[in-house]
Amino acid sequence: MSEILTETERRSNKSPLSGVSFDGSAPLLEVEDLEVEFHTRDGIAHAVNNVSFTLREGETLGILGESGCGKSVTAQAIMGILDTPPAKVTGGQVRYRGVDLLQLEEKTRRHIRANKIAIIFQDALSSLNPVFTVGWQLGELYRKHAGASRAQAKSKAVELLDLVGIPGAPARINSFPHQFSGGMRQRVMIAMALALEPDIIIADEPTTALDVTVQAQVMTLLSDLQREMRLGLILITHDMGVVADVADKICVMYAGHAVERADVYEIYERPAHPYTKALLESIPRVDQKGQDLTVIKGLPPALVDPPPGCSFHPRCAFARDRCTTDEPPLYEVPGNRLSACHYWEEVLES
Amino acid sequence: MSDFLAAQDSAGHEHAQPRSDQNRSLWGDVRYELMRNPVFWVSSVLVLVILSMAFAPQLWAETSPTARGACRLENARVEPSAAHPFGYTNAGCDMWSSLVYGTGKSVIVAILVTIGTVIVGVTLGTVAGYVGGFADTVISRVTDIFFGLPFILGALVFLAIFPDRNVWTLTAVLTMFGWTSLTRVMRGSVISTKQKDYVDAARALGATNFFIIRKHILANSIAPVIVLATIGLGAYISAEATLTFLGVGYQRPTVSWGLLVAEGQNLALAGFWHLLVLPCAFIVVTVLSFILLGDALRDALDPRAR
Amino acid sequence: MGRYVARRLVQFIPVILGTLFLLHVLSVLTIQIVGDPVRALFGENAPPEAILEQLRANYNLDDDCLEQTGNPCVRLFVDRLAQYASGDFGINFRGRSVAELFVERFPVTVRLTVIALVFETVVGIFLGVMAGLRKDKLVDNFVRFSTVLLIAFPVFVFGTLAQLFIGLELGLPLRDSERAPEWLGQMLTVTYNPEFPWLSLMLPGLVLGAFSLAAIARLTRTSLIENLRSDYVRTARAKGLTSSRTVGVHTLRNSLIPVVTYIGIDIGLLLGGALVTEGIFNIPGVGQLVFLAIQANDTPVILGVVTILTVVFLVANLLVDILYAALDPRIRYE
Ligand SMILES: Nc1ncnc2c1ncn2[C@@H]1O[C@H](COP(=O)(O)OP(=O)(O)O)[C@@H](O)[C@H]1O
Ligand SMILES: [Mg+2]
Repeated sequence: MSEILTETERRSNKSPLSGVSFDGSAPLLEVEDLEVEFHTRDGIAHAVNNVSFTLREGETLGILGESGCGKSVTAQAIMGILDTPPAKVTGGQVRYRGVDLLQLEEKTRRHIRANKIAIIFQDALSSLNPVFTVGWQLGELYRKHAGASRAQAKSKAVELLDLVGIPGAPARINSFPHQFSGGMRQRVMIAMALALEPDIIIADEPTTALDVTVQAQVMTLLSDLQREMRLGLILITHDMGVVADVADKICVMYAGHAVERADVYEIYERPAHPYTKALLESIPRVDQKGQDLTVIKGLPPALVDPPPGCSFHPRCAFARDRCTTDEPPLYEVPGNRLSACHYWEEVLES
Repeated sequence: MSDFLAAQDSAGHEHAQPRSDQNRSLWGDVRYELMRNPVFWVSSVLVLVILSMAFAPQLWAETSPTARGACRLENARVEPSAAHPFGYTNAGCDMWSSLVYGTGKSVIVAILVTIGTVIVGVTLGTVAGYVGGFADTVISRVTDIFFGLPFILGALVFLAIFPDRNVWTLTAVLTMFGWTSLTRVMRGSVISTKQKDYVDAARALGATNFFIIRKHILANSIAPVIVLATIGLGAYISAEATLTFLGVGYQRPTVSWGLLVAEGQNLALAGFWHLLVLPCAFIVVTVLSFILLGDALRDALDPRAR
Repeated sequence: MGRYVARRLVQFIPVILGTLFLLHVLSVLTIQIVGDPVRALFGENAPPEAILEQLRANYNLDDDCLEQTGNPCVRLFVDRLAQYASGDFGINFRGRSVAELFVERFPVTVRLTVIALVFETVVGIFLGVMAGLRKDKLVDNFVRFSTVLLIAFPVFVFGTLAQLFIGLELGLPLRDSERAPEWLGQMLTVTYNPEFPWLSLMLPGLVLGAFSLAAIARLTRTSLIENLRSDYVRTARAKGLTSSRTVGVHTLRNSLIPVVTYIGIDIGLLLGGALVTEGIFNIPGVGQLVFLAIQANDTPVILGVVTILTVVFLVANLLVDILYAALDPRIRYE
């Protein structure tokens, strides 16, 4: 696939990204103190607050959290596709190979999308344009980014559909999105993300809208492709079960904050934040059949008017007076982990 | 299909918000939205003025232009002056009182037609959407057929055959060609409400169909009907005036806006501009008031549509 | 696509038969209510006996069923369908064939409608896109305000006012002037001028299209705003496409789908409006034929022309539906 790209580069004599000096030795992606606000009629919603994490080549980072805690907003802020207004990135950095994407001009940044960082959305049916064929929508990437002809784009689209395991690819490229099943549609989304061979793929709840049986197939495909292509994968989900098998590292988000970061084994073994602990206890387990499922009582706070102190304290089993006034910093926990809980030691013990 | 439902379900789940009493908070929000919308205030004051002219013209003008001795030929086409800011009509009647007394003719037909189309549209739309199956097929096909007849053209044929036309013939004909769009909107609204969880829940609890329709379906489908009916009032006023202008609506000696415009059209070209412009202004302001009121209601009822 | 067209054609037959039957039943019912068919059709000034004879043959005015209120006169309908099929849509006061009169005058009406359609779609879509892209900005507020105002003007009000202020006050000095170009004066006309078959239809065409222009602008605006929020536009942005491509290719086509549906309905409105416009501007089209027939109480002409226009409307709608399917694959494969 890259031959087309190089050919265009030769033709135009200059790639749109050639003016940007990427540092090959820097981590693939570093998010540092990212802050996003929404200006709504009810006030300012702090959807993402001081979120940081690092992603390296071939690594899978799971971002976990209940609905509405800012996962998708984080993903879209990295891609630079938030609607502004109402959204506004008010602080922090998003560094790709050492270059802060937030500082790039929109013209340059546009080329990072799909070429370097691609995204897969949750609902493939609404995320694909209903009035164009799947082949056209895939081919568009080659035509617009790599200067491919329609015929070249078409054959590339067939290759891609083959790659993601859609049977009868040469015929299927002429189908419209609504003519695919949910699982096949999500494969099309994956194909679209892979098209220009990016280094990073962000998958925002890629299986949430699918049937359970199909979920596993799509997850397997995604992690196989990730390993083969040594992609950096950010897997966003609200389901702890999904990330357990594939993620290397986990970042747990609550009310717009990254409340715990750790390697996947440790977090499953011994969570260091009460919210993570509660999430883990809410996964149904085969060995606990018959027991009551623990669900976290209450709802996440409104982001317009968050509670003072630790935003989790109203729902927390470990909460003390201090939690209602002091916002916890990210404490370093042994084993190269971080937890935003004043009483992380207690949580670890329990 | 199941994919689609699953996707919808999870989407709904993701945005689940705590809400104590959906109905009350909805109408509370609507009130709040309306109160702070200046368009609502302006248009409702205008609508009140128009309604009072329609039902109590004597409040606005002393003598009816149809009263004996009210019109004098020597006053014919006299232009506006300080004493008579609206001037006189072609028949020598006071223009202001002709316009005021003409209001009722237009507004009452529009109100009757609106009531008629709402009754027919809500009933047929509810039956088609709620019962479904054969009833739906029949109602939908009949609606299609009525839709196939362009409004003005259809109304024209029948009005042309009727030798004398009054409020009732105009109402009957306009209703006959006006019920289709409300029926379609109602049907769609009912079908989408029917699929809601609370309707299933009510049914599971053994509620009768009548109860479900009254309590849930109507309550939830009523918003688009109110908006459409308000805008419809404006549209029917315009339709009545158009038909009258064409010569198949009200006839002389009735005083009506459409007739005044028809009369003023040629005379205006001859220099008596007020004979045309003043009745036109009355029609436009009236239609505009109802449309703006409908718009304000729509904005309040469906904030997403703004 | 072929399957879709075939299915639409099959569905078309019952709709057109149904609509013609509706027209027939309602007219028969009215005649039955009014009583005497001759009086019902002509009011006080009945035509000469020879023409009445011809009309009796044509409309079966002596048929018993016309005296039985509530009888749908199905047999009459079948007869009439056969007449329609052979191109016979009745005769007028003076015994002339309505079909002939129609064919004579139809080209003018087509020109007028085409001007209105082109004007309303081009300007309407343009205004709608401008407003939708700059939601809540000055342009948007201007478009929203001016379209509400336009919608509140019934065609006959707009037409008579335009004739007075544009055609007369503005146009007359231009037509009299030595320096102003002739086409400008002819464009701002008070009445139709056969020497300028397109130019002198401009002002009436704009009047005719004004209402729908407003409707199209609002529809485009709402639909564009809705689509700009949609997931697939977010995808287009995530694909690193330029914003002009995201709007122009990925949003506009989807946003125009409801506009196409509206144009289908609109053709009916335009045909009704043409009647008013042609009456006001004295344009010798089909609408004026009806306009004059109303004044002369020549009901058979009204019936015949409305029947033909209804068929024209239904056929135009069929074409719009097919265009709709070309734009939206979801419909095509239903
Ligand atoms: N378009 C928007 N307008 C206003 N607020 C928004 C919008 N999108 C997201 N938010 C806010 O951002 C928060 C996080 O949303 P999101 O990232 O979509 O959650 P999730 O973790 O489920 O993906 C929401 O709870 C909401 O308060
Ligand atoms: Mg999300």
